[in-house]
Amino acid sequence: MQDIKVADSKVAVEDGPPEIDWGTSEKLLADVGEIKERFPVVHEPVVSPDGERFAAPVKIDDGRFTMCVNGTVWDQTFEVLWYPRFSPDGRLTVLVRDDDEWTVAVEGRPWEEKFEYAWNTMFSKDGKVIAAQAKRDMKYRIVVDGDLWSHEFISIRDLAVSAAGDKVAAIVQSVPLKEADIFGFMEGTWTVAVNDKTWDRNFVNVYCPTISPDDRHVAVEVRLDICEYTIARDNLLWNEKFGCVWEPSFLPDNGAVIAPVRTEGSWTLARDGSPAWSGRYAQLWHQKISPNGKRIAAVVAPAFGKWTIAVDDSAWEKTYDDAVLEPVFSPDSQRIAAVVKDRNRWTIAVDGVPWTEEFDMVWDPVFSPDSSRVAAKIERNGRYSIAIDGKVWSRGFEALWNPLFSPDGSSLLVKAVEDGKYYRRIVPAYEIL
Amino acid sequence: MGFIQTVLSGKSERMPRKLGPEQMSPDRGLDDTIKRLTPERIESTIKRVMEKETAGRLRVYLDTCVHCGLCSNACHTYLSRDKDPEFSPVAKVKNTLWEMVKRKGKVDAEFIKNAARIAFTECGACRRCSMYCPFGIDIAYLILVVRRVCNLLGVVPAYLQDTTNSHAATSNQMWVQRDEWIDTLQWQEEDAQGVIAKARIPLEKEGADIMYSVIAPEPKILAQLINYMAQIMTIAGLDWTMPATDGWDNSNMAMYSGDFETMGRVERQHYETALRLKVKRIVMGECGHAFRGAVYDGPKWLTWKNPPIPMVHAVDFYYDLITSGRIKIVNKFKEPITVQDPCNIVRGLGLGQKLRYIMNALCEDFRDVSPRFEHNYCCMAGGGVINCGPPWKKSRMLSIKVKADQLAATGAKVIVTPCHNCHSGIEDIIKYYKLGMHTKFICEILVDAMEIPQHLKA
Repeated sequence: MQDIKVADSKVAVEDGPPEIDWGTSEKLLADVGEIKERFPVVHEPVVSPDGERFAAPVKIDDGRFTMCVNGTVWDQTFEVLWYPRFSPDGRLTVLVRDDDEWTVAVEGRPWEEKFEYAWNTMFSKDGKVIAAQAKRDMKYRIVVDGDLWSHEFISIRDLAVSAAGDKVAAIVQSVPLKEADIFGFMEGTWTVAVNDKTWDRNFVNVYCPTISPDDRHVAVEVRLDICEYTIARDNLLWNEKFGCVWEPSFLPDNGAVIAPVRTEGSWTLARDGSPAWSGRYAQLWHQKISPNGKRIAAVVAPAFGKWTIAVDDSAWEKTYDDAVLEPVFSPDSQRIAAVVKDRNRWTIAVDGVPWTEEFDMVWDPVFSPDSSRVAAKIERNGRYSIAIDGKVWSRGFEALWNPLFSPDGSSLLVKAVEDGKYYRRIVPAYEIL
Repeated sequence: MGFIQTVLSGKSERMPRKLGPEQMSPDRGLDDTIKRLTPERIESTIKRVMEKETAGRLRVYLDTCVHCGLCSNACHTYLSRDKDPEFSPVAKVKNTLWEMVKRKGKVDAEFIKNAARIAFTECGACRRCSMYCPFGIDIAYLILVVRRVCNLLGVVPAYLQDTTNSHAATSNQMWVQRDEWIDTLQWQEEDAQGVIAKARIPLEKEGADIMYSVIAPEPKILAQLINYMAQIMTIAGLDWTMPATDGWDNSNMAMYSGDFETMGRVERQHYETALRLKVKRIVMGECGHAFRGAVYDGPKWLTWKNPPIPMVHAVDFYYDLITSGRIKIVNKFKEPITVQDPCNIVRGLGLGQKLRYIMNALCEDFRDVSPRFEHNYCCMAGGGVINCGPPWKKSRMLSIKVKADQLAATGAKVIVTPCHNCHSGIEDIIKYYKLGMHTKFICEILVDAMEIPQHLKA
């Protein structure tokens, strides 16, 4: 077994996300090639938000699994281990099975509650709350920080955790349904459970639980009849019904809800049931609200097969044939960037103008804190790099994670595997430009 | 006046006629649901579909049809039922859609029930008839318009409706729970490792080249097919993944029950899962209707001109693996074997030649069917017909005798069916007509035929 020297790695702190070290230009944190030689099986790695920890599930000599973090394995081992995810505050979570029982392990410590199955680890925005779905005795449950909700359900589908972690909402089946009971289904078997309390009415279907930024309200898509949909906010339905609806969002100032709605074969944006936009689109989804709460951008199709972004009901002039992904607002709310795809080539469009460079794949755009620059992870010919404002860095990597601008925007945190080794680097933006 | 013309004119003494028990089976989805209908609801629903959903396409088709009846000889139900004109495609349209239009929606509940029977159980939307129509009218589209009307009225065969309900609730067609899906993949990975030590099913691998998607019967009742694909992907050395979230099921029976909103939701979930995983293409398992739903009907409803991530059918995928040398064939299948051309990937996509290349590459004694390629007969399971369930099985069997005759004539013992509906439907045909054959998917033959390098063996 080969020993390698790696820089000291930061362990997650209890009180929020770890400070990012912007002062150290380069840290070699893991020898990926050595790890692959040391263990018979190495699965896909993950990297902590601050870039300080490189973690991969590995199989050890006795056939059990553990996590290898910066080259060092956990003391705990498991029959099966998968779905490694760092919480926003830097804690490493995995789903583990031992003695045929599943649970969540946080930094190697399994929750005391064990289940027939556990999956879908989710976090609050600050990472302090960890939730997961679980099955026990063929019933479905929600677990929050290791504690089980008292209610169990026939089934659970979508799950949401609020920004501060005060609310956890789930789409649940509360009424059993006999096989092929098409009439029972239409009477409604699905509802919403929020913090272990279930709404007092059922729906044909419920989709996409969304929690307001202030953690106070929950909105969902509901289906009321064969072709009758609307939005429910805190168990109250909009008065208006639609042929179809998509995911709701909360406006930050007053808790109003906006959602795409379909009427007469076209889509528009509605606010609390009434039209919010006058424009009619062949498609409209993925609406996003600016940080200052005053602007709304959404992915729209002004015509069949033509995709773009609409900002406050005004579509960008240039459209794309293949796809446009969800818009990203700049911190000052003035600029918008989105991943776009045309003729099977990917790039980024900013304020309606696409970069001239095209890629095999491109990841979500990232704005600098002063909103002046846009960076994105890109892929070309099997190598990964970073582009800023459309200019591609000359360096390429075997693996790369999304970049992050420093608070002053002068540098980027670059987490990458190069020549078989994982480095965490602070790279001046001018080096890429 | 010819026989077909007589039927179409409505002057035939055979119309209306009493339906046999095998033709109008008890079905709660039709019998009980029509009791809730009112004349006003029927009329307004038909008007909605005619005036707000179908636009010019329907009008052009209706105005273009000259009632020649040349579509009749294309239809397996017509051919299988002694050329009974009631089963000709044009008669199916006449007895449903034409009457709805002619009577301006003023039809009664019994009419709707009969229209549902015809549209859901006597047409597989296979589109063979369109090739025989002098004007190329998409008659299957007209039948799907009838299904749309029936869906909005809630009159859909119960088993098919239950499948659609599953799509609406779970995004997959067999009520597979999320944990069951992931657990099955992990179990199949372990089984694959019993053959190939390093076989994997990488879950949620962002940035993989391929997302592999399947239809729900695979995790539910045919899980070994996923294991086989894990072996094939590993031998071929491909970078692939499968999602651990909803969006893994590429099938779409909502497309065939007329619930286009659910159809769109399912397809959106499927493609947004691929977009989230940042894959460059989706490879799908051996299914025909799923290809149609994922590449044509679903994306169109969502306004994607083409799928946002390219979709590759398994036949296309296997062809590339074999011709590129990524998979080497060392142990050909020896028994006499024939093939089914699934309508949606051969008539619909043109994969017939590649399918035969694969058959010849994998099999020593391939015996082709006749007719073949785009002229092949439908299996009468697709189009949602088999999903109408046991009440309609006898009728389905009577409507597909021509397929049984076609398969028997090959002298083969095995039939390759690169489509799940074909697979199940032809198994039914084999049993009903006592053909003494059995069906296989391509991947079942491929895993036995391919070379496994020594260093990869378990």
